[in-house]
Amino acid sequence: MTNKVNDQSGSNNSRSDRSFYDEPIKAVRLRHPWRIFSAALLVLWVIAFLTDAAGREAYDWNAYGEYVFDPRILKATIITLQLTAYSMLIAISLGVILAVLRQSPNPVFKAVSWVFIWVFRGTPVYVQLVFWGLLSTIYPTLFFGAPFGGPGFSIDISHSSSLFWIAVVGLGLNEAAYMAEIVRAGLLSVDEGQEEAAKALGMKWWATMRHIIIPQAMRIIIPPTGNEVISMLKTTSLVTAVPVSSDLYTRSRDISAETFNPIPMLLIASTWYLLITTILMVAQYFLEKRFARGHAQIAYGADPKIIGEGA
Amino acid sequence: MSTPMVHADRVRKSFGTHEVLKDISLSVNKGEVMCLIGPSGSGKSTFLRCINHLEEVNAGRLYVDGVLVGYREVNNKLHELKASDAAHQRSDIGMVFQKFNLFPHLTALENVIAAPTIVKKIDKDVATKKGKELLERVGLSSKMEHYPAHLSGGQQQRVAIARALAMEPKLMLFDEPTSALDPELVGEVLDVMKTLAKTGMTMIVVTHEMGFAREVADSMVFMDDGRVIETGTPDSVLLSPQNERTKSFLSKVL
Ligand SMILES: Nc1ncnc2c1ncn2[C@@H]1O[C@H](COP(=O)(O)OP(=O)(O)O)[C@@H](O)[C@H]1O
Ligand SMILES: [Mg+2]
Repeated sequence: MTNKVNDQSGSNNSRSDRSFYDEPIKAVRLRHPWRIFSAALLVLWVIAFLTDAAGREAYDWNAYGEYVFDPRILKATIITLQLTAYSMLIAISLGVILAVLRQSPNPVFKAVSWVFIWVFRGTPVYVQLVFWGLLSTIYPTLFFGAPFGGPGFSIDISHSSSLFWIAVVGLGLNEAAYMAEIVRAGLLSVDEGQEEAAKALGMKWWATMRHIIIPQAMRIIIPPTGNEVISMLKTTSLVTAVPVSSDLYTRSRDISAETFNPIPMLLIASTWYLLITTILMVAQYFLEKRFARGHAQIAYGADPKIIGEGA
Repeated sequence: MSTPMVHADRVRKSFGTHEVLKDISLSVNKGEVMCLIGPSGSGKSTFLRCINHLEEVNAGRLYVDGVLVGYREVNNKLHELKASDAAHQRSDIGMVFQKFNLFPHLTALENVIAAPTIVKKIDKDVATKKGKELLERVGLSSKMEHYPAHLSGGQQQRVAIARALAMEPKLMLFDEPTSALDPELVGEVLDVMKTLAKTGMTMIVVTHEMGFAREVADSMVFMDDGRVIETGTPDSVLLSPQNERTKSFLSKVL
């Protein structure tokens, strides 16, 4: 077999025509007829669905156009964004703290972290939100400080203006339990030698965490955290349990209760949720790139050809 | 005689019921290079980790520069050191690992200046200037901005040595620094270590590079199964070993 191939190009196994080596290879592309067929079919289906939807009365596109930029809807979108941002801020900060405590050498810290995650991950978020809403009837004022009347300070939570913040805290605490597990997985993904090297250089535990372990864990932590942010955006629609009624979903339900026309309002709410999700996905893409720094394939700042070359 | 840099007095160490170090006694004087050889699992790494208090010894006493490692002795009673005091003890002992353990998210230069700025709180500009000098010393002035993933093994290990030196250690511990390297890259790392030894640095080197040991080391210790089996100059241990276990080990590695 091999000989036969060699025969074609002469016994020295190389071609004499220069263009054979100098020109880039031009090969006939492999065809994928089924891909083209299924894509065409899909496009047809989508067109059929859209033309039908455009004319279908139940969607009431006039109402959609009328309300999609309604000031109440825009305000509610901003409230939803604020609920998401503030609760995720609490969730991420607390999640990092819980995960770090869980890894700490101190058994008290470990136990506190474990119990928190156990409770907040083990009960439905809706139930938690209802509970937080009732908190002010159980405890009209919250006291932070030493037990049995020691030093501390109190907060009055019985005003209805507190409801927004109660919702934020309720969502944030629940999410913190999930974030803690995500962060912990990230911390565990960092090679043990890293902690050892940092320790050997005289870094204390927290310095090691902050400068060495956490930055490396970020690469693992960010993708699922992006998921959690997007998931939180949608979970904010549950704050009606507190009750908070100013968020995007609850507000659009309220409007449709006035207009007796729920479907366009649902479409409007979905549009805004989808728009924000899209923006978040783009942000996540850039964050992931930022924390891939120094990671083999995608590292920048150096030319990959350098590998293995002497100094 | 002045205090030895490292003095181990009947050191023992167990993991659970598994006794890994069973009575290690040895001394390394200031400015000396000691090479530690022995079969895999004989406890060489564990001993180095004890010197740096990455592990606690279970019995015996271990002194670095006359100071007890890991404990305070008050009225014949040992007290565990606070974490911050232990970290302080480690900060002037440099350690170089088989797998380099460079920080992959930091450039070569950032690796070198991390500990001085974080632990010693040295001004960043000052640390950077010194870091650049150190990288120059190990022959890497053109690689300062490179991430570890873009350096060869030999280059990474030289960065790791520079990183340890940046803390101005009085003692350097090397745990098989060339074992993970391709053969053609071993020389460049050994050269850096030889130069370092000539500057008078006290070093304990776990290695099977016998040529390096004979050229640089003042003493050589053969360990087996958690015990010191034979001690002497490299030539005496390598060329005329007295103990049967030393002989059989050397016949396998030489
Ligand atoms: N953290 C640990 N926990 C349990 N056993 C260990 C640990 N570290 C080392 N050992 C055991 O101690 C023995 C000596 O290991 P080591 O000091 O790494 O030997 P060497 O470096 O000479 O090859 C081995 O049997 C190893 O399995
Ligand atoms: Mg070892």
